[in-house]
Amino acid sequence: METLNPAAQFGRAAIALLAEIGAISLFALRGAFAWVSGPFYTREFISAAIRIGFNSLPVVGLTAVFTGAALALNIYDGSARFNAETFLPQILAVSIVRELGPGFAALMVAGRSSSGMAAELGAMRVSDQIDAMSTLAVDPFKFLISPRILATTIMLPFIVLVADLIGILGGWAVAVYALGFEGATYIRNIDSFLTTEDVTSGLIKAGVFGFLISVMGCYYGYKSRGGAQGVGGATRSAVVASAVAILASNYIMTSLFVDF
Amino acid sequence: MSEETPKISVRGLRKSFGEKEVLCGVDFDLQKGNSLVVIGGSGTGKSVLLKCILGLITPDAGEILIDGINILKLPPFERTRKTRQIGMLFQGAALFDSLKVWENIAFRLIYGDRKSSASARAAALERLAQVGLPPEVANLSPAELSGGMQKRVALARAIAAEPKILFFDEPTTGLDPITADVINRLIVDRVKAVGASAISITHDMVSARKIADEIAMLHKGRIIWRGPADEINSSGNPYVDQFVNGRAEGPIKMALKNA
Ligand SMILES: Nc1ncnc2c1ncn2[C@@H]1O[C@H](COP(=O)(O)OP(=O)(O)O)[C@@H](O)[C@H]1O
Ligand SMILES: [Mg+2]
Repeated sequence: METLNPAAQFGRAAIALLAEIGAISLFALRGAFAWVSGPFYTREFISAAIRIGFNSLPVVGLTAVFTGAALALNIYDGSARFNAETFLPQILAVSIVRELGPGFAALMVAGRSSSGMAAELGAMRVSDQIDAMSTLAVDPFKFLISPRILATTIMLPFIVLVADLIGILGGWAVAVYALGFEGATYIRNIDSFLTTEDVTSGLIKAGVFGFLISVMGCYYGYKSRGGAQGVGGATRSAVVASAVAILASNYIMTSLFVDF
Repeated sequence: MSEETPKISVRGLRKSFGEKEVLCGVDFDLQKGNSLVVIGGSGTGKSVLLKCILGLITPDAGEILIDGINILKLPPFERTRKTRQIGMLFQGAALFDSLKVWENIAFRLIYGDRKSSASARAAALERLAQVGLPPEVANLSPAELSGGMQKRVALARAIAAEPKILFFDEPTTGLDPITADVINRLIVDRVKAVGASAISITHDMVSARKIADEIAMLHKGRIIWRGPADEINSSGNPYVDQFVNGRAEGPIKMALKNA
């Protein structure tokens, strides 16, 4: 009968959630530092970096250009209500660099790489390849997990930098060709307005997002069990957990950054 | 039986997953240079037993002694040093599908022992020949191989570093009788050549008779019988008799689902 008590159910769910967060944190620590005692598998790291970096660029670029373009229209329409439309370049640049560039890029990479890692490691887990690796004197944390976490954490700021540029360019195209802005002035306004902190805060966010995305992808893949269905569940969990982690940590970091 | 310390001793090993008790007090010894075959129905925990000894699953209770030392009491670093003397052929071969055949065989040499790629490749080709595969196979990916060939490659990978202990988990399951016989011979041959002690798991009685010095039967989480391989037909144990003769009637009731 206890199971019907909503308070008890909520309590159990909360405890399960905390336990999961604890398990993920331990996994993240181990994954982030396993390589320190060596060996560091450079080839695995580079191939993970290439896969995450280059393969994500097309989809991230596409997202950024449309986001920038739509944002330009919205800002123009909104700021025209109090005759502030000349500030469009500055508002757009700040929004993209501090918030939308990192956020959208991270969500796209979460959909692509986090699920990819979960599927790949999950398939290796259910076919005993991860166990086999241990019996061959290679620590799966050093060979599989650390390279992915390091590569994603390092690559995401670069991806976001590209997304920022493309997003601003998308806004520029709309402003110049649809809204009658002068191209060079638009760029000059952004250039003199943006601070280093605007850009770096976005890039720091990107690094944190990259870390979270890879941790979720690796964790759910590594722990998956029960054949193809288990691997499917792992990819789903990885994407959902990454998205939640990105959005929650984004709020926390933003509230810290706007104070300085 | 020799006075030597057994290569492996398992004492009172227990493991449950949730409510389900899989191993409930397993005891056995593996003498140096011996080949022990563990038989038992599907889902009786044979793979779990091997994974406990390998350190891939942590048992709930009991002792696992390798060369007389209880590895469960060792700090993690030293425990892995002990368990890394064991080569394992996994049930489904478990080849790394992102790597070529030769990289699979040389995996431990390249990534574990950090040998040069050239010397690791030479060693891999030698192992490939020992399991009767032509050198052209080296550059294929595991997905391009038949089940029997995958088992051979997995065998080559397991013996690549000449481990002193070898585990074979259902080496012939799913293979035709001729290929199965080839694998059996390779196992006997390789175990002798390396001078290893071996535990094999199977429910293929033909294979068990060929590989085993001794046979043990796992049922309901315990070893219910063990003896020399040639006594398996005259064990006088109704469970063993039923299993060996493959009869549906007898004391062993097949569960319809994993209870
Ligand atoms: N990691 C695990 N988590 C939960 N249950 C498991 C795990 N590994 C094995 N089991 C369960 O333990 C039982 C024995 O499995 P296994 O040792 O693979 O059997 P077999 O004797 O066929 O090799 C099965 O019912 C299986 O579902
Ligand atoms: Mg099994």
